[in-house]
Amino acid sequence: MKKKFLIMIVAGLLVGESCKKDSAFLDIPPKSVLPTELVFSDPALVLSVLGDLYNRVLDFSGLDNGWSSFTDFSEAFPSENGSYFFVQRTGWGFGEWSTWDYGYIRDLNLFLQRANAATKLTEDDKKRFIAEARFLRAQYYFEIVKRMGGVPLITEPMEYDYSGNVTQLQKPRAKESEIYDFVISEAEAIKNDLPTNIDVKSRATKAAALAMEARAALYAGSIAKYGANTPQVSLPGNEVGIPASMADAYYTKALAAAQQIINQQAGAYKLYQVLPDLSDNFAALFLDKSSVNQESIFIEDFKANGGKTHGFTTNNQPFSISDEGLDAGRLNPSLNLVQSFEKLDNTYAPIPTKDGSGDPIYYTNQLDIFAGRDARLAGTVLLPNGLFKGKRTEVYAGYLLGDGSIITSGDATQPKNVPGLGTTQVVGKDGVVSGQEFRTQTGFFIRKYLDPTVGSGRRGRGSDVAFIRYRYGEVLLNAAEAAFELNQPGIALGYINQVRARAGLTTPLAALTFDRIVHERRVELAFEGHTLFDMKRWRIAHLVWDSNKMSVADLVSNIGKATKHNTQPYGLWPYKYYNPSSPNNNKWVFREVLPGPVTGANSFSFGNYYSQIGNDILSANPLIVKQPNQ
Amino acid sequence: MKIKFQYLILMLALFAAYGCKKDNYDAPTLTLKGRLVYNGEAVNVEYNKVPFELYQPGFGKTGPINGTFAQDGTYSTLLFAGDYKFTIPANQGPFRWKELGPSKRDTLAVKVGANQTLDIDVIPYYMVRNATFTPASGKLTAKFNIEKVITDANAKNIETVFLYINKTQFVSNADNMNISSDPNVPEPAIVAGSSITDLNNVTIIDDLPSITPTQNYVFARVGIKIAGVEDMIFSPLVKVSL
Repeated sequence: MKKKFLIMIVAGLLVGESCKKDSAFLDIPPKSVLPTELVFSDPALVLSVLGDLYNRVLDFSGLDNGWSSFTDFSEAFPSENGSYFFVQRTGWGFGEWSTWDYGYIRDLNLFLQRANAATKLTEDDKKRFIAEARFLRAQYYFEIVKRMGGVPLITEPMEYDYSGNVTQLQKPRAKESEIYDFVISEAEAIKNDLPTNIDVKSRATKAAALAMEARAALYAGSIAKYGANTPQVSLPGNEVGIPASMADAYYTKALAAAQQIINQQAGAYKLYQVLPDLSDNFAALFLDKSSVNQESIFIEDFKANGGKTHGFTTNNQPFSISDEGLDAGRLNPSLNLVQSFEKLDNTYAPIPTKDGSGDPIYYTNQLDIFAGRDARLAGTVLLPNGLFKGKRTEVYAGYLLGDGSIITSGDATQPKNVPGLGTTQVVGKDGVVSGQEFRTQTGFFIRKYLDPTVGSGRRGRGSDVAFIRYRYGEVLLNAAEAAFELNQPGIALGYINQVRARAGLTTPLAALTFDRIVHERRVELAFEGHTLFDMKRWRIAHLVWDSNKMSVADLVSNIGKATKHNTQPYGLWPYKYYNPSSPNNNKWVFREVLPGPVTGANSFSFGNYYSQIGNDILSANPLIVKQPNQ
Repeated sequence: MKIKFQYLILMLALFAAYGCKKDNYDAPTLTLKGRLVYNGEAVNVEYNKVPFELYQPGFGKTGPINGTFAQDGTYSTLLFAGDYKFTIPANQGPFRWKELGPSKRDTLAVKVGANQTLDIDVIPYYMVRNATFTPASGKLTAKFNIEKVITDANAKNIETVFLYINKTQFVSNADNMNISSDPNVPEPAIVAGSSITDLNNVTIIDDLPSITPTQNYVFARVGIKIAGVEDMIFSPLVKVSL
């Protein structure tokens, strides 16, 4: 009986279970993969997809691209043994700076296709997501056109049909102007779908779209105008190069887009003017992520203890104030950049190391030599004896004695005998010793982005200072440049003088020149990833990086001239003067020195204006024409 | 278990026999070399600056074999036998060669079957002739003529003429090929193209920098920077005894 009962149960179970349909048994929804329809039904899930797309935005200099992305072009010296190639090479490969990430474009196009097809999202959410993805796509096309010129303009996800024939997937390069037009028209199309909330900074806003539009139109305008100076850098199909006749239209668009931000049509943006000390104020602009900062428009944000941090502070903090022992001091701004900050009376002058008769000038305090300059100098560069985290850097290259001899050593921990002083430390803990990595070799450290938060210099914690991609200050300069090129000097001066007044240059400029605009962008936007692209669009890169080495006489002449050549990063080394019989005893003397590792000279050839398109791409798609001069 | 040695020996023998089979191609052995010439005369360029490309069509993806000309205009490359197309990328070199419009150049079919020499006939914008270098009391005087070769609509002006001096036989503006570009010594002597009145009688004088360790000779040559052309054209290299 008991046996029968068991058999019955087993049979019953078998019959019961076997009645399940095959489809219910075999088609189990995967638990580790989210199907498209599910993702595009929930705004939180869509945002996480979008978060990945935001993460893939390409920057030239970026805090998470590594410190060395800020180094090149003689604006800074790399104080790390493995990175001296920056100052030893004599030119850039044609492939340098290239990008061809059509995988990213495809992901963006797929996102757009799916978001458009989504049915369960609210209309407002959907509009914003689509506008954001279109912003990111335009942003990437802007980045690619800056580097490669015209590229195939793909706005739909392309599918291969496995027919063995790929010709329908092969698209030729669009004209360079067409890509810029695309960026501009996309920005115009989406700007009203994006929020105007000034506190949204890490996602696209109306202001971000307009700032992108203004910059893109300005780039296109200057390529059209100044491209005439380099007729070699163009292709007959205009894949590279924009006809000069289009310049004014682009400048007009740039000015109009910038003015929408300036007139607060996208939110109450304004220059950051919070702290009384103008240099501290300028440095804080890059550190302040609170709603007080009404200048930053679109940023790449980081979060300490939240999984997204960067090592910029770890890599570049002053050696003696380092949180991480030997990890410090890599990025050393050059004297070339430092001396280009004007004096407060709007004139250019080299850093005064010698008086009129050629005798050295003695300074009581190291910082005195930089007195009376543009406040952005001390806000961008950590000067010798500068303050960071409540401590002062110790930068000197040795003792200078009364007879002109110099006593120096290989490290601060190697004392030397100074006659009259006994055995003592003869170089600063932060340098300067030629060839000694992680200390400054130019006399300067970077201050922009350097995080004063406790622990920010540790490798484990990292820093969460944000990288500002678009900010109001740049919008003003873009507007000023566009107005200048459109021959509206009154408007241009109004904008540029606002930026200058914030830096303490309160005497307004009365006249504007091309050199002034180039100069203002160099000092205001130093280390923000603009140098290369500015020099390229003005078509002066081959004049500035002309492969000729620099002498000190070269260095200190023609400051403020747009085409002044800038091929080797110089340093300014302080020496302690020791001569008890002189009234100048214990004062400071400075010398312009080329750091030992600098042996090359920057050389920019015509073939560098547009990065090489790889042979794999050229052979996969015969419709793609090669870059000029390569 | 008993190891059967005869099987092991058999296996080793098989390995040895089959292991000797080659599994790779031979390296290319045929030399294609030549130089840039104008009317049989060498065209001197800057070391490693003027590139050339060789394409061998018919093998799947197309991609060039790249090379550059040496400073006396020579080139040399090792190839497999086959049909190649030789070209110099557009706008490269201080000369015109098989131009097809503003940024296109034709190719030259080359059949490589044995070692061969192929000179590339180009038309330079200028040639430097009869250059003489005379050292005297710490200065080097270069005297030369400049021949303007291209005089039609494609003619270009001289931007600058340079006198380069170096310790070694690599003499140009690049890296360490020019001792007078050392920051501590005066810039290379230059003459602006606009100030040259007589192309048949050009003189440049430069200070001879002190050389450590001392040597009683230097190498010198004259380079012409042509307006709108990136690559310079040079006079033949001369060793000057001091």
